[in-house]
Amino acid sequence: MNKASSWQLMTTVMRRDLAVALRRRSDIINPLLFVVIVVTLFPLAVGPGPDILGRIATGVIWVAALLSSLLGSERLFRDDFLDGNLEQLVLSPAPLPLLALGKVAVHWLLSGLPLVILAPVCALLLKLPFEAWGTLMLTLLVGTPMLSAMTAVGAALTVSLGRGGALLSLLLLPLFIPLLIFAAAAVESTLVGTSAYGQVLLLAGLMLLTLMLAPLAVAAAIRVSVN
Amino acid sequence: MSVVIEAKQLTSVRAGRTLFSTLSLQLGAGEILHVEGPNGAGKSTLLRIIAGLLQPLEGEVWLFGEPQHRDPELWQRQTLFIGHKPAVKAELTALENLHFQTQLDGATDVDAWQLLETVGLLGLEDIPAQQLSAGQQRRIALARLWYSQAKLWILDEPFTALDTYGIELLHQRFQQHLENGGSLILTSHQPLTWSGERLQKIRIEHNDEELTDE
Repeated sequence: MNKASSWQLMTTVMRRDLAVALRRRSDIINPLLFVVIVVTLFPLAVGPGPDILGRIATGVIWVAALLSSLLGSERLFRDDFLDGNLEQLVLSPAPLPLLALGKVAVHWLLSGLPLVILAPVCALLLKLPFEAWGTLMLTLLVGTPMLSAMTAVGAALTVSLGRGGALLSLLLLPLFIPLLIFAAAAVESTLVGTSAYGQVLLLAGLMLLTLMLAPLAVAAAIRVSVN
Repeated sequence: MSVVIEAKQLTSVRAGRTLFSTLSLQLGAGEILHVEGPNGAGKSTLLRIIAGLLQPLEGEVWLFGEPQHRDPELWQRQTLFIGHKPAVKAELTALENLHFQTQLDGATDVDAWQLLETVGLLGLEDIPAQQLSAGQQRRIALARLWYSQAKLWILDEPFTALDTYGIELLHQRFQQHLENGGSLILTSHQPLTWSGERLQKIRIEHNDEELTDE
């Protein structure tokens, strides 16, 4: 057999996941619509005054992003588990953490990246002052890979439980708290005119750490789940 | 004859029930092992242990005289496991499934069209797998057998949902594999139309510790 390198195997898994996801576009679009709808609800509920909306904008956008990342996160490994592909991934010659990282990357491409692109629209709807838009997008850019990685850990742990949706949310949301605090603090800094450099760097550091450790946890969880 | 796979004193307990204990088996090149037993007796568990997906409570599995944990890569390249879940992506077409599968198996020189023809799915290549019948999906899964270079095939209920022609085709492929010095472990509730001394049978029974080895 021609030996395919681990790297090639990972990209194949990624391309296959992308091909499958593009056949189910609603799974990609629905969480994004969810964010937009949640964001539009706020001006209706708390009133259109720019001072209030502008102050809560970051929090609202980030909480909406966290909740939307939980939508459909169950599905991250569920289909692979049900159709037997998860077993085959475990048996693959490529290291399982690498394949897990590939799946996390695809998840981010389809859920995190669109959110970053969507952020200006949300910021506009909530009248976030323009000077903070860049920081908001930056926090989302470094924060959403972390969301994908941590969601993957939770999804891998609960994949064999059948209906693990609610449990998954309860497991994951507390873990997102540091992310929320630093992201909000970064945008706040920009708003008061100081540099958000520190908070963004800290988020970036957390992201790298998560991306390094989460695939190992995902791999361990998958091995338990196929057991 | 060289020993391909050897299981030593395997014991497996699932959900508090002993499926089998001190089960040993040995399979040489060109031999076929038929694991028999009623539903839920532990046939799939045994196969999953041999494939390396499950850890037995006690005992070891050796491949080419090496224990499983010493060389996982040899294991992964020399064994092919197809479980009763077909590992076919329902959203993708038969052709796409085969295309990705061959790449995942590192067989980049395999022509997916040729493979489709071999397993009798030509003409259905652009239909998503979820719209195909169970037997056709199984054919997609089993297409891996036609290019696999693995020495040991571990197949859980490979004949499920296949029609008589498909079963015949699979038997021919098994024959080729064994003649090339490959080995095969399978479970099946269908009687195997196999003749010759190359066939071993092992029976796993429900009544906890009872085991007969023919």
